Amino acid sequence: MTQIVLWGCLLGVGTFGFRIAGVSLKSKLRLSERTSLLITAASVILLLALVTTSSLIDADHFAGWARPAGVAVGGVLAWRKAPFVVVVLAAAAVAAGLRLVGVS
Amino acid sequence: MRMWRSRLVNRLGRDLTRDIALVCLADGIVGVSFGAISVAVGLPLWLPMLLSVVVFAGASQFLFVAIIAAGGSPVAAFAAGFLVNARHLPFGLAIGEVVGSGWFRRIIGSQLIIDESTAFALAEREPARRRAAFWSCGIALFFCWNIGVVAGAFGGTVITDTDAFGMDAAFPAVLLALVMPSLNDRATRFAAIVGAVIAVAVTPVLPAGLPVLMSIIALPLVLIGSTKRRRGHPATPDSATTYDASLRVDSTETGEPGQAGTP
Repeated sequence: MTQIVLWGCLLGVGTFGFRIAGVSLKSKLRLSERTSLLITAASVILLLALVTTSSLIDADHFAGWARPAGVAVGGVLAWRKAPFVVVVLAAAAVAAGLRLVGVS
Repeated sequence: MRMWRSRLVNRLGRDLTRDIALVCLADGIVGVSFGAISVAVGLPLWLPMLLSVVVFAGASQFLFVAIIAAGGSPVAAFAAGFLVNARHLPFGLAIGEVVGSGWFRRIIGSQLIIDESTAFALAEREPARRRAAFWSCGIALFFCWNIGVVAGAFGGTVITDTDAFGMDAAFPAVLLALVMPSLNDRATRFAAIVGAVIAVAVTPVLPAGLPVLMSIIALPLVLIGSTKRRRGHPATPDSATTYDASLRVDSTETGEPGQAGTP
């Protein structure tokens, strides 16, 4: 248990290190407009990769159809500029509804 | 401090407040499941609470507990969570200015950098709204997430299966909705889609955490896409180096020339 607590806290320290390193670098470096835009693009790429992997994969296998279907419906709604609340609730409702009728 | 807070609320507006509240509710429910699952696999009550405060990054916390529960070593659980959380460095680089100056603000603000607060900040254009969105989302989520975890740890197995409510689809949908304006830019969209394909493709062969990071390989595609699209930008006289001025600007709101993907 001591080991678990120790490594859990180290995970917190390491994660905080990533966070504050990014923030500190940003304040120290005088980034050009172009570099700033590239870094923003990097964040967008990471976030979309996170969206895609967390939609399709659960641990190390396919997450089933309900989840990606829900996210896809939410994505289309967001693209069509539906309100944020509608996007999120529709995604959850589609996934939950599909599971209810046996699609998983 | 109080004045700063009331200014923050004024800047948020009703829509953003509602959006953030919804994300808090969803994440709170996921927090309940994290607390409940952690206790269910035999960890002490306080461990999920401790992790939620010191780590404060949901995906890595689930991974950490899952590895421990499966009999993995704490070092392996740490390593996986550490990899998963590496994305917070570029997040900090991208939105660092919202944190502000002073060591206190920098420490608290850094801890509040999570997927949701980053996405909310990126979705805002004006610096004051960006700051307001980041801080309110970060602070509100910190409390909701931790309250959810405490409730789950004590409440036991009331809601362990949040999938039944479609919560697992809500989380990606939140991030997708928030990055959507940034995807209006063709070069960014192309790179992000290629990055997402890479991440999914390497998932079967790489350990957890690495696939998402691998998506960054697609970043140079932003530059390739940009060479075709040169536009003036008021902030930079050298427009040739600006691949797209409207990276996170909704083209329909600003009346800029039309971009593909906007209905």
